[in-house]
Amino acid sequence: MSRKLRVLIAKPGLDGHDRGAKVLARAFRDEGYEVIYTGCHQTPEMIAAVAIQEDVDLVGLSCLSGAHNYLFPQVTRLLKEEGADDIVVMGGGIIPEQDHAALHEAGIAAIFGPGTPLDAITGWINDNVKPRD
Amino acid sequence: MANLGERVLAGDIRAASRLIRNLEDGIPDTDLIMKDIFLKTGKSHVIGITGAPGAGKSTLTDELIAAFRKKDRSVGVMAVDPSSPFTGGAILGDRIRMMRHAEDKKVFVRSMASRGNMGGLSKAVGESIHVMDVLGQEVIIVETCGVGQQEVDIINHAHTVIVVLVPGMGDEVQALKAGLMEIADIFVINKADRDGAGKLYKEVLSVIEMSSRNCGGDGWTIPVLMVESVLEPHKFAASVAALGEKIEEHHQYLVANNLIEARIRNKTAAELNEALWASIMQPVLNELNAEGEFEMMVDQLMKRHIDPYTLAREIAGRYMKRSPCGDGSSADQS
Ligand SMILES: Nc1nc2c(ncn2[C@@H]2O[C@H](COP(=O)(O)OP(=O)(O)O)[C@@H](O)[C@H]2O)c(=O)[nH]1
Ligand SMILES: [Mg+2]
Repeated sequence: MSRKLRVLIAKPGLDGHDRGAKVLARAFRDEGYEVIYTGCHQTPEMIAAVAIQEDVDLVGLSCLSGAHNYLFPQVTRLLKEEGADDIVVMGGGIIPEQDHAALHEAGIAAIFGPGTPLDAITGWINDNVKPRD
Repeated sequence: MANLGERVLAGDIRAASRLIRNLEDGIPDTDLIMKDIFLKTGKSHVIGITGAPGAGKSTLTDELIAAFRKKDRSVGVMAVDPSSPFTGGAILGDRIRMMRHAEDKKVFVRSMASRGNMGGLSKAVGESIHVMDVLGQEVIIVETCGVGQQEVDIINHAHTVIVVLVPGMGDEVQALKAGLMEIADIFVINKADRDGAGKLYKEVLSVIEMSSRNCGGDGWTIPVLMVESVLEPHKFAASVAALGEKIEEHHQYLVANNLIEARIRNKTAAELNEALWASIMQPVLNELNAEGEFEMMVDQLMKRHIDPYTLAREIAGRYMKRSPCGDGSSADQS
């Protein structure tokens, strides 16, 4: 048997628009990943706990509410506290260019804006994220 | 690797979720970890929940978690969803309904994809139950879609099996005929807000009356519980709490009547079967497949050059060294 990539798609924060997250979940499934989908309104604590219980390789955070500068680094910090910073975290949503550097600094491996083609995202994942051994 | 087992036994969640991953990925030598874990299992009450997709199993599971947590029991959940037959990927969405428990340290939820019908799923689920058991989950709920033999195998890991039916899905009686009758310990009529709930209730009751299990069998009278609509949260919670009581009652019934032994024996025999398959059949098949021999044999069979029975004997002879008198020495030429 072989490893399959396991991905958690989570929406931290207050906005309730999960259309984009659902589209992403389907694209990931079609790419052969196993996607754990958890719906809207999650706290960073919930996301970190789920990522660990599900043993995912990648967490995709989507945030449209503008609170990404707070929420995204919280997730990477909590994962690190649990010794789980080998889980890759990427972010998407409406994230202004000037915030990118600080988010990368905080451990967000990649940031995808609203118009990013799906195959650009899966392409990046296939090149950069492998199931952990 | 061995270290992973020790960490699980020490209660390390990260190690446990990794071990479950290794079990489902079929990573070699995981059995060397499981052998220590197995000896410490047998404390949890395992509950199976099955029913058609959309029947409300995850919603029920969420409320059952709440009911068990009120009694301060720790809860594990294994939620199995199908993989896409086309891409091998999966969207595992059972957790959406259970997110309110995400931060509760005494609740461990794990989603698992069915990964087709290649076998091994039931083994992985059974072993994952062991991992949750040694992690200290007092109650373990296994959610699967009740469709094929694979799901029935999985549900056999449970001490108490709940079959969820919904009015108006049209397939209730079909499902009953298809053998769910044989495995259900408790029926739930879910979504009682829908038309036809009362009618379905009567139908299920009458099927139970005709069932062989009700007279004779293990003597347990299979109850049919109506669960109120989730749209009325208080009533819903109360009726799921009643379901929780029924589940405990069933467990006590099994224990009081020495029936739990029989259940666990079946489950244990199945595990031995699965372990034998994994260590005997699987390696043989892997070898035959790796060298293309399997396909070549199929070709020969298609042309009627040989029959499967002779081939099977030939391969058995290659791998199994056993003399007719059973002394284990090489007496093949006797
Ligand atoms: N009308 C109604 N809908 C329900 C009830 N319980 C669950 N649902 C809905 O049925 C759908 C499927 O529920 P889910 O628990 O995911 O089903 P599962 O596939 O069996 O796990 C969801 O949209 C639920 O909100 C109920 O009592 N009444
Ligand atoms: Mg479900």
